[in-house]
Amino acid sequence: MEKITFTQLKEELFHEKMDNGLEVYILPKSGFNKSFATFTTNYGSIDNHFKPLNGTEFSKVPDGIAHFLEHKLFEKEDGDVFQQFSKQGASANAFTSFTRTAYLFSSTSDFDRNLTTLIDFVQDPYFSEKTVEKEKGIIGQEINMYDDNSDWRLYFGTIANMYHQHPVKIDIAGTVESIADITKDMLYECYNTFYHPSNMLLFVVGPVDVESTMKLIRDNQNNKGYNEQPAVERKFDEEPEVVAKDKEVLRMNVQTPKVMLGIKAINVHQSGLELLKRELATNIYLEMLFGKSSPLHEELYEEGLIDQSFSYDYTQEQGFGFALIGGDSAKPDELTESLFAILQKSKAGTGLNEESLQRTIKKKIGSFLRSLNSPEYIANQFTRYAFNDMNLFDVVSVLEKLTIEDIREVAKDLISDQRMTVCQVLPK
Amino acid sequence: MSIASDTITEKSGYKLHVVQTDKYKTNTLVLKMKAPLTKEDVTYRALLPYVLQSNTSKYPTTPELRSYLDDLYGAGFYVDVAKKGEYQIISFTIDIVNEKFLSDSTPLLEKAFGLLSEVIFNPKKNGEAFDAKTVSNEIRSLKQRIQSISDDKMRYSATRLVEEMCKNEPYALEASGNLQDLETMTPESLYAYYKKVLTEDEIDLYVIGDIDESEVGALADKYVSLQERVPVRLSRKPGKEVEKEKEIIENSDVKQGKLNIGYRTQVAYGDPDYYALQLFNGIFGGFSHSKLFINVREKASLAYYAASRLESHKGLLMVMAGIENANYKQALDIIHAQMKEMKQGNFSEEELAQTKAVVKNQLLETIDVSRGLVEILYHNVVSGQDISLDDWFAKTERTTKEEIIAVGQKIQLDTIYFLTEAEVQG
Repeated sequence: MEKITFTQLKEELFHEKMDNGLEVYILPKSGFNKSFATFTTNYGSIDNHFKPLNGTEFSKVPDGIAHFLEHKLFEKEDGDVFQQFSKQGASANAFTSFTRTAYLFSSTSDFDRNLTTLIDFVQDPYFSEKTVEKEKGIIGQEINMYDDNSDWRLYFGTIANMYHQHPVKIDIAGTVESIADITKDMLYECYNTFYHPSNMLLFVVGPVDVESTMKLIRDNQNNKGYNEQPAVERKFDEEPEVVAKDKEVLRMNVQTPKVMLGIKAINVHQSGLELLKRELATNIYLEMLFGKSSPLHEELYEEGLIDQSFSYDYTQEQGFGFALIGGDSAKPDELTESLFAILQKSKAGTGLNEESLQRTIKKKIGSFLRSLNSPEYIANQFTRYAFNDMNLFDVVSVLEKLTIEDIREVAKDLISDQRMTVCQVLPK
Repeated sequence: MSIASDTITEKSGYKLHVVQTDKYKTNTLVLKMKAPLTKEDVTYRALLPYVLQSNTSKYPTTPELRSYLDDLYGAGFYVDVAKKGEYQIISFTIDIVNEKFLSDSTPLLEKAFGLLSEVIFNPKKNGEAFDAKTVSNEIRSLKQRIQSISDDKMRYSATRLVEEMCKNEPYALEASGNLQDLETMTPESLYAYYKKVLTEDEIDLYVIGDIDESEVGALADKYVSLQERVPVRLSRKPGKEVEKEKEIIENSDVKQGKLNIGYRTQVAYGDPDYYALQLFNGIFGGFSHSKLFINVREKASLAYYAASRLESHKGLLMVMAGIENANYKQALDIIHAQMKEMKQGNFSEEELAQTKAVVKNQLLETIDVSRGLVEILYHNVVSGQDISLDDWFAKTERTTKEEIIAVGQKIQLDTIYFLTEAEVQG
């Protein structure tokens, strides 16, 4: 077991790689009532084209299958696992993102038993034709719920505008039509390919005893007799640098129009420190332009182009990356124009000065520390970082080293007319 | 040992609540201002905190105020307006890093007090009026926020249920105020209302973190000064009896029908049978092992979400489910059947034990978050009670099946609301 100490943050992190390849991290947190564990596979909605375990050919699976599998893992021959957790006083959940599927629970008692339940249920799939069919009704309602949600439609509308090929443009849950094709055999195939321990990470945070927890996990895994399995081969089609579409207008039953501008990033195959620096620098760049302390934000607000719903964010994972900027606006076209203009000018350095950089770095350090209050944040983010070979606890040191040249560099690389798009939701 | 409690000190015009704990990397200040929910004041109260958070006389523009917050290591500063029972509550929250985690050792807690005081007592103004530009910006922004409620269909249908169910009761008012009143707000009238808030509201200040109690007391005296007052307390009247059940079906352009059902329970936080009601709700629809989840979602495959929750201070139990438009009758039948099962006591000791464990777990998790802890402690202020968390746990633990059946007899269906695309077949 390896111990990593973060002196300034007063945190200690324990790490061990199990014999079967599973990465385990434990972050003890005394004083908290709650323990929290996430068991995550490096498999999300974008992984729809891959070589199945023991297969030689690439195969494509229906949209939404990773998410469907997430739902189905909770069901066992003798009932569902939610029941099991709640009998043990815990609450369980799961989510599927573009790149990950995570299973989690939180509890304030009986931690060992709940942790065992978590590991065992994820490592013991049970799919039958009958329960697969039944799930189509439930997930169909989940899809319909999101279809009525204008913010979600705006978000996916913008991403779909940016990408020609990349599966990030496909809704994580798929469509009512695509999930109709899913069978129990397909679920087993995806499961066997992606749920091997060597493709997974277990993170525990809470008032736990490190030694005994690590032993519990070791013993649990040793009893299961996993064979070694090669890394999964995934395939992504060539993606052009330019956006697929400049603009899309969705007509929905809303009173206030919504605008989202998307900027498609290039050179998106970094990992480790390089990716961490790119991601933090791009977020700082957006914050300097559009944060509440920026004069540009004030102008947009005073002109009535934005309100409190205005937000901006940059994400990058293996093979895709984008900035999203927008919110509710009574004047959607004016806002679109202003945002384009601000971004273009920033390319020449407008709005990016040393004083504002130092302030923004301070702000980001503070909000990072604040987010360490949250065990959920630590577990989820740590896992996401680890799958990209980054370390969550490097954030502060990378932030402290950013220079104004780094930020200007970001503006130059990111901003290009051909890689920007806008999506609007307008009243019918 | 007590699970988590606040030390309360009566200060001039307000109460100071201090919770000492070393589990956070930040210190949190929450100031709450409470007054009865009324038609006359609701929109003033919805607007006021947003005007105050925009700027102050020392930081006359938002960028200046926000730059100052950034300099304080990105101190978080939020305002919020909510209703709890028939009170409308304004909250100001500042969340600031504890300087012991920084190489820089500026005393940040004092800065946070200074800022809170500046925002509340020293707004940007023009004689006996707020700055006109600020007010007009915030009116426009609030208007957009009010309109956006109806753009979120889940929220919209929940709001519509309450409007229909509680017609002619203050609780029907939306905490974000309304568009008609917004037209009449002026920098002068809002300022006059602000003066009233400072002299009449019931005010509570919570300070949570790795802090020294006497130091906090001294900072509070230095930065928060208010006149003595006797806050308005609503009398605890028994809940309204249901005269006639209502069914309201509204058509809208939605892919998924939103079914919301309201029941009256006649039981509120602080009542002896509140603990039984909380468990009733838990077994009925509060969790993923509950009857609604199992029967509407897992067995009948009708919904992605089917759940219930309590409005603890008003004594309401609300069901919400997203369903296929055509499945209205079927979903309703299943929900009615589950309510009947509950009232007849058709739930096992095991379900009860399970629910107690999950309720306890949920409470313990909530108080791991400083703002969650404040919300739990504030129940006592709203209800005028003094119930410790230990009491809460002990009483939940002791609650029997018979007590849950007894509280079930008080629950009456009041209103069914369905937002749907198509005509519903009778």
